[in-house]
Amino acid sequence: MKIQESLALAEEEVNYLSPGKHQGIWVFLKTWALTVDHKRIGIMYFIAVIISFFVGGSFALLIRLELLSPAQILYTAAQYNAVFSAHGIIMIFLFIVPSIPATIGNFVLPLHIGAKDVAFPRLNLASLYLYLIGGGIASVAMILGRVDTGWTFYLPYAITSETAVLFVGVGLFIAGFSSILTGLNFMVTIHKLRAPGMTWMKMPLMVWALYSTSIIQVLATPVIAITLLLLLAEKLLGVGIFSADLGGDPVLFEHFFWFYSHPVVYVMILPAMGIMSELITTFSQRNIFGYKFVAFSSLAIALISFLVWGHHLFVSGQSAYVNILFSFLTFLVGIPSAVKLFNWTATLYKGSIRWRSPFLWAFAFMVFFAIGGLTGIILGLLPLDIHLHDTYYIVAHFHYTMVGGTVVAFIGGIHFWWPKMFGKLYSEFMAHIAFWIFFVGFNLSFLPQFVAGSKGMPRRYYTYLEEFTIYHQLSTFGSWLIALSIIMMFSYFVASLMNGEKAPMNPWGGKTLEWTAVKSPPDEHNFERVPVITHGPYNYESEEENLAKQNRQKNRGAS
Amino acid sequence: MSDDTAAVIVKSPKGFTDHKVGHHFQTADQEFSSAYIGTWLFLAQEVLFFSALFVAYAMFRNLYPEVFAYGSSVLDWKLGAVNTLVLLFSSFTMAMGIRSVQTNKMKAAFIFLSFTFICGLIFMTVKYFEYAHKIAEGTLPYDFFNSEISLETFSNVAGIENLPLFYGLYFVFTGIHGIHVLIGMGLIMWMIVKVRRKTLFAGYYTPVEMIGLYWHLVDVVWIFLFPLLYLV
Ligand SMILES: [Cu+2]
Repeated sequence: MKIQESLALAEEEVNYLSPGKHQGIWVFLKTWALTVDHKRIGIMYFIAVIISFFVGGSFALLIRLELLSPAQILYTAAQYNAVFSAHGIIMIFLFIVPSIPATIGNFVLPLHIGAKDVAFPRLNLASLYLYLIGGGIASVAMILGRVDTGWTFYLPYAITSETAVLFVGVGLFIAGFSSILTGLNFMVTIHKLRAPGMTWMKMPLMVWALYSTSIIQVLATPVIAITLLLLLAEKLLGVGIFSADLGGDPVLFEHFFWFYSHPVVYVMILPAMGIMSELITTFSQRNIFGYKFVAFSSLAIALISFLVWGHHLFVSGQSAYVNILFSFLTFLVGIPSAVKLFNWTATLYKGSIRWRSPFLWAFAFMVFFAIGGLTGIILGLLPLDIHLHDTYYIVAHFHYTMVGGTVVAFIGGIHFWWPKMFGKLYSEFMAHIAFWIFFVGFNLSFLPQFVAGSKGMPRRYYTYLEEFTIYHQLSTFGSWLIALSIIMMFSYFVASLMNGEKAPMNPWGGKTLEWTAVKSPPDEHNFERVPVITHGPYNYESEEENLAKQNRQKNRGAS
Repeated sequence: MSDDTAAVIVKSPKGFTDHKVGHHFQTADQEFSSAYIGTWLFLAQEVLFFSALFVAYAMFRNLYPEVFAYGSSVLDWKLGAVNTLVLLFSSFTMAMGIRSVQTNKMKAAFIFLSFTFICGLIFMTVKYFEYAHKIAEGTLPYDFFNSEISLETFSNVAGIENLPLFYGLYFVFTGIHGIHVLIGMGLIMWMIVKVRRKTLFAGYYTPVEMIGLYWHLVDVVWIFLFPLLYLV
């Protein structure tokens, strides 16, 4: 028996993917379904989130197809409403929110801080199931029940709509707790499970980003949970607090909704920024410029994000003074965001940049996020917002930040950690082609929407005036390019799994723990022995350079 | 395979079951403080969860002060006061229960935790009678409101047509709080079983301490709810 086992071991390396591999389908499924390994849970989230992405993406293509001409092509106005609602709800609640924290975050966080697992592994598994159950209920209800309220569920329409708003609400309520518990788990993990010597200032910036994200998840998500619950109570009992005809106030719903839904855009973008810091340092082989600024700007963004929700209510009739306040606070978010962008650029300056596929996405992020961020400042301006409110300008703005920011960073992160996750390399050549198709397609899709929107094209209509035809057509052509590039990615990643070249431990020359102390793919317990950390996460400059720098500083201090 | 740290075991007194610290923790203390921070974060989440209700309450009380004054005068403040005392007492027994576990006094722990559970039960029973009374009277949220008190007779109370809104808030608020009490009772029951099975002892009392924190929060929420709904 012993000999057989060791023979098998010699043939095939044992790693976190091995348990249950050759013991039949049921044992295999059981080892996955009951696992408490953060890496496996991350992979399962990854699969679930990708499915959501494909479903939500298909709806996006259907939207763009309908908008190819002002005439009715595929659906009636009501059906169109259901299609864009499904796109929004799936993409936001079931794809983008869990995308980076639950997949890459789960996989990478314990590796980054030198831990064996997250603080509460079983809670982590429970979060996954909450997401699957909640997401399942919401998706089925949405698609069968043709919910057509948009992803915002504004009243009174959400009450009068005869579609399955109720079940979607229940589903999202359940999925929300997955988000809360994941955030809670990560915060405790970062507080308590750092390896010896891993001080706060030695953590990779991804960890700071995940920490800030978790604060928002823990403190903002319960508000949307209770809001959804109140919406359900309103529908079932007629509580009245959101219904104007019953003495209530629908704008109160909007306040509650945005108290969550604005911070949550930072649940989407903060971890993306964390990935950016990893990509930028690794592929320029340089220490980050201004570590503390990048780290604390994450916290600053998390904090300010709670104070800006009112910018979604500029035209809801709230007091003009409140508008001015929220407009000002909205501008404030620009500062920490810009700090990050400047620090990344400063890191790249004079670095030896290697244009490997993950870095391409980091490059795209900088371009897209600059555009998305600056147009956001424009939207924060009261007079302009009133003109641009509910137009395609908004649609373009948030797609530049959410897709151009989060999704791009997510894809970049997958390209970056893929060799670590599965121990396989993918075709760098195909990755470059897919990237450039995406880059062109994305701009083609959304740049024209800025123009159409500022000329007055309202969002959420299945038809439009003749004069907007060209913008919509460009946009639709762009959506096909995006789809093409996603299909390419899917195929070369599958090819990599089937017969990709074996990945070395550190294919990119990274300096953080997952590259320097963990195999590809990792062992079940991550580290052979508990790592002891003696230096910062990005000490790329050689020892000599460091010494020279220290000497120079000493000399300066002496003179 | 190359796992160099064997699991940490917290040794228990004779007759108890040892506690095995989670494989990813280095020490028992690390495990305890993780649970501690985690519980406090969960409580923070709970506070935010209830906060929206408090905001809604403040807003509508401000809009319809007379309606809220009338509405709360109809609620039976005596029953509310009984429940407040019951919950306060249960917080005390909970704290004593934890103390007993920490000092290995399992009999006392069993008695105190059982008292806490019974207090929860009394609270829910009183709530049941209150709800039954309101349902019989028809003083319910809009969709089910069919009170015999004709709203016109209160034409001197400004905005009385919004009275069902008050009951809507009352039911949602106390309902959500009641669900929290029920969950707490379930958790306490689980602790009683653990105490009986002697898996908790002075060296390892994490779950009962954390459930205690939760129970106190549920108590505190009620302490705010009671005056807001019954007295003001
Ligand atoms: Cu916002």
